[in-house]
Amino acid sequence: MSKQINVALIGNPNTGKTSAFNALTGLNQKVGNYPGITVEKKQGVCKLPRGVKAHIIDLPGTYSLNASSLDENVVIELLLNKNDKDFPDVAVVVSDVENLKRNLLLFTQIKDLEIPTILVINMADRMRYKGISLDIDYLEERLQTKIALVSTRKNEGIDHLKDLITNYKDISITPCLDTSEIDKDYFDNLRKAFPNQLIYKLWLVITQDVNFGKTDRKQIDAVADFKTKSKGDLKRLQQKEIIKRYQFINDVLKNGQTIDISQAKDLRARLDRVLTHKVWGYVIFFIILLAIFQAIYDWSSVPMDFIDNVFASLSEWTKDAMPKGAFTNLLAEGIIPGLGGIVIFIPQIAFLFLFISVLEESGYMSRVVFLMDRIMRRFGLSGKSVVPLISGTACAIPAIMATRNIESWKERLITILVTPFTTCSARLPVYLIIISLVIPEGRIFGLGYQALTLMLLYLLGFVTAISSAYILNKILKIKNKTFFVVEMPNYKLPLLKNVALTVVEKTKSFVFGAGKIILAISILLWVLASYGPGSEFKNAETIVKKEYASQNLSEAELQSKIASQKLEYSFIGLTGRAIEPAIRPLGYDWKIGIAIVSSFAAREVFVGTLATIYSVGSDEEETIKNRMAGEVNPILGGPLFTFASGVSLLLFYAFAMQCMSTLAVVKRETNSWKWPALQLIIMSGLAYVVALLAFQFLK
Amino acid sequence: MQITLAHLKRGERAIITDVSSIHIPLKLLEMGCLPGNYVELVQLAPFQDPMYLNINGTHLAIRKETAIHVLIEKIDI
Repeated sequence: MSKQINVALIGNPNTGKTSAFNALTGLNQKVGNYPGITVEKKQGVCKLPRGVKAHIIDLPGTYSLNASSLDENVVIELLLNKNDKDFPDVAVVVSDVENLKRNLLLFTQIKDLEIPTILVINMADRMRYKGISLDIDYLEERLQTKIALVSTRKNEGIDHLKDLITNYKDISITPCLDTSEIDKDYFDNLRKAFPNQLIYKLWLVITQDVNFGKTDRKQIDAVADFKTKSKGDLKRLQQKEIIKRYQFINDVLKNGQTIDISQAKDLRARLDRVLTHKVWGYVIFFIILLAIFQAIYDWSSVPMDFIDNVFASLSEWTKDAMPKGAFTNLLAEGIIPGLGGIVIFIPQIAFLFLFISVLEESGYMSRVVFLMDRIMRRFGLSGKSVVPLISGTACAIPAIMATRNIESWKERLITILVTPFTTCSARLPVYLIIISLVIPEGRIFGLGYQALTLMLLYLLGFVTAISSAYILNKILKIKNKTFFVVEMPNYKLPLLKNVALTVVEKTKSFVFGAGKIILAISILLWVLASYGPGSEFKNAETIVKKEYASQNLSEAELQSKIASQKLEYSFIGLTGRAIEPAIRPLGYDWKIGIAIVSSFAAREVFVGTLATIYSVGSDEEETIKNRMAGEVNPILGGPLFTFASGVSLLLFYAFAMQCMSTLAVVKRETNSWKWPALQLIIMSGLAYVVALLAFQFLK
Repeated sequence: MQITLAHLKRGERAIITDVSSIHIPLKLLEMGCLPGNYVELVQLAPFQDPMYLNINGTHLAIRKETAIHVLIEKIDI
C-alpha cells in the first residue's frame, strides 16, 4: 500500500479555502465533529499523481495562530501536537491574491513551526482586474516555499497544487522569522531551559490558552521564570511579533508584488455605496428577506404536494400488498406517515439553506452585520448576532455555534439565549400545515395571505428575540469589554458547487437527524395508539355495536366509530385525555396535546405525530392535510382547526422551547445547565400564556 | 487634542501613528492596524458607528469605542 500524506488546509476566512477543499476532494468528503466539542471537522481524500493518496483536513478559518475562539483553538492544537493522528505532513495555506499581505501573516507563523508549508494564492483570475502582478520565483525564494497560483472559481492550478503536495518533501522548513528577535533576553532564556524544543512552539504554548499535551504545559510551568511575565507584557510581545512579521512581509512584497491602482476596477466600492447606504442598505435588506420568504413558499408548493401524495399512496399500497397483521399496520400507519411528515419538508428546508448559503458566500452577510451593529447594540446584542439570528431560521444548533465569533461574552450569551426564538426550519412544517388549514388563499399586492402570515411569524420570532435580548441586557449583570472587528470581504458570485454541497450536506443532516427521532417516536406512538389497558379498549367492537344498535349505521361508519373508540381508550388516548384539561383553554383536543408533548423532543415531530395518530384505524388513502381538515372538535362540533385554534397553535410553536438538541448545545456552549433550564421554562411558559390569550380573544 | 480614527470623515485617508495596545484587540493588530500603515474611511453606519475602514488593504468594520484608541495623522489626497 502506498503511503498516505496528511494535509492540513489552513487559511483566513473568505479566502476560498473551502472551495479549494471541494476542488481537491470532490465528493470524497465527510463532515463530523471534533471529539467532545461542536466544532465542525471536515476531511476528505484526494488522489494524487503516481497513486499517492492525500488525507485532507479543512481546518476552521483563522487570521493567525493567536486563538480567540473554540474553532481557532482546533487549528493550534493540531499544529502543535505531533502525536495527533491527523498531524499534517504538509500544511497548505490558502490565501487570497487581493489580501496577500494580511494572509502571509498566518503563513509565516505556520512556517515557523517547521512544518513544510505550501502557499496557495487563490483567485488568481482576478489579478488582472485588480492590476496586481506577482514575481512568483522571487516570492518562492524569499518565503522558502512552493507557490501554487490557483483559481478555484475557474478550476485552474489545482493539478499544480496536487504535484506540490506529492513532492512536499522538497519544501524547506526554514523559519521566516527568528523568534528571538522579538525579545532577545526572554527567548534566550527559554532556549537555555528547553534546548531541544522549538522556541516558537514554546512561545505559542505560553501565550495560547488551549489544550496542549499535558507534559508541555507542565514542563513550562515548572520553570517559574516564564510565568512571571504579566498578561500585559505578553501582549506587548505578541504585538511586537506581529510588527516583526509585517516588516518581513512588507519587505518581501516590496519586490515581489506590484499593484497598478489605475488598472483596478472596483466593484466593491460601487456595490457598497448602495448596499451599506444609510437608507437604501436597510430597504434592500428588507426586500431581500421578503423575496426569500415568498420564494420559499412559491417554489416548494409543487414538490410538496407531490411528496404528500406519494406517501399517502405508499401507505395505501403497503396495506393492500402486504399480508394483514401487526407489522403491516405498524408500517402503513406508523412508520410511513411518520416519515412522510419529515420528507415533505425537504424542498422548503433545501431552499432556505440555499438562500442562507448564497447570502454568506456572496459576502453580503458582513454588510448586514455592519448595518445592524448599532441597532443590535441597543438591545444588548452585537451586529454579529444577526448571523446567528438569520441562520437560526435554518436551525438553532449551528446558529448557536455561530455565536463563537462574538467577542464579548455578554453579547454572546444573550445571543445564545434568544436565538431559539427565531423561526427554525423545524417550526416550518407546523406553520405550513396550520397556515394552509386556517388562512385563506387570497392575494394582496401579488403577495399571498399565506406567505404573508409566514413572513409575520418570522418577524414575530425576530421581534421576540430582540425584545427579550433588551430585557436580558437590563437584567444580566456581566461586566465585559466589548470588541468588535469584522472583516468586510470582497463581493463574490457564489460558487454553484459550494452552495450545492452546503445545501445537500445540511439538508441531509437535518433529515437524518430528525428522521431518527421521528422514526422512533412514530413507532412508539403507533404502539401506544394501537394497544390499550382496559376493557373499553378490548371490547371496543361490542360496546360500539351495542351503543349504535338502534341506529342504522353503514358498515364503514360503524368501523370508523370502532376505530375512534379504540383510539380513545388506547394508552395514548388515556394519556392525552389526562393532559387535556391543561390544553383545552388553548383550543386543542387531546390529539394535538399528544403531538405537542412529543414535539418537546423536536418540533418537526408534530406533523408526523398527528399523521400517525390520525391514520391509525383509518382505511382511506388521504393526505395529512385532508385528515387534519376533517378533524371535528369533540365538544363544540365543527372543524377542530379553526382560525382561533390555528392562530393559538401557531403562537404556541412560535414561543415554546421544544428542542432537546438545542438545549444540549446551549449547555455545551455556556457550560452550565442554568441557561438551558431558564430557556425551557421561560419560553414554554410564555408560549402557553400567549396561546391561551389568543384563543380566548379570537374564539 | 490628539486626532484618532474616530475623527476621520468619509473618504478621508490617514496614517496610523500609534495604537494603545491595552485597548485594542490583538485581532485588529493582525488585520494590519499598526503604526505606519494607511487607513481610509469607506463608509459610516447611521450614528457614525460602526466604521467601515480600509486599513492597509484590508477592509473591516470596527466600533467607534475601539477607534478612539488608534491615533492617526490625516493626509491630503
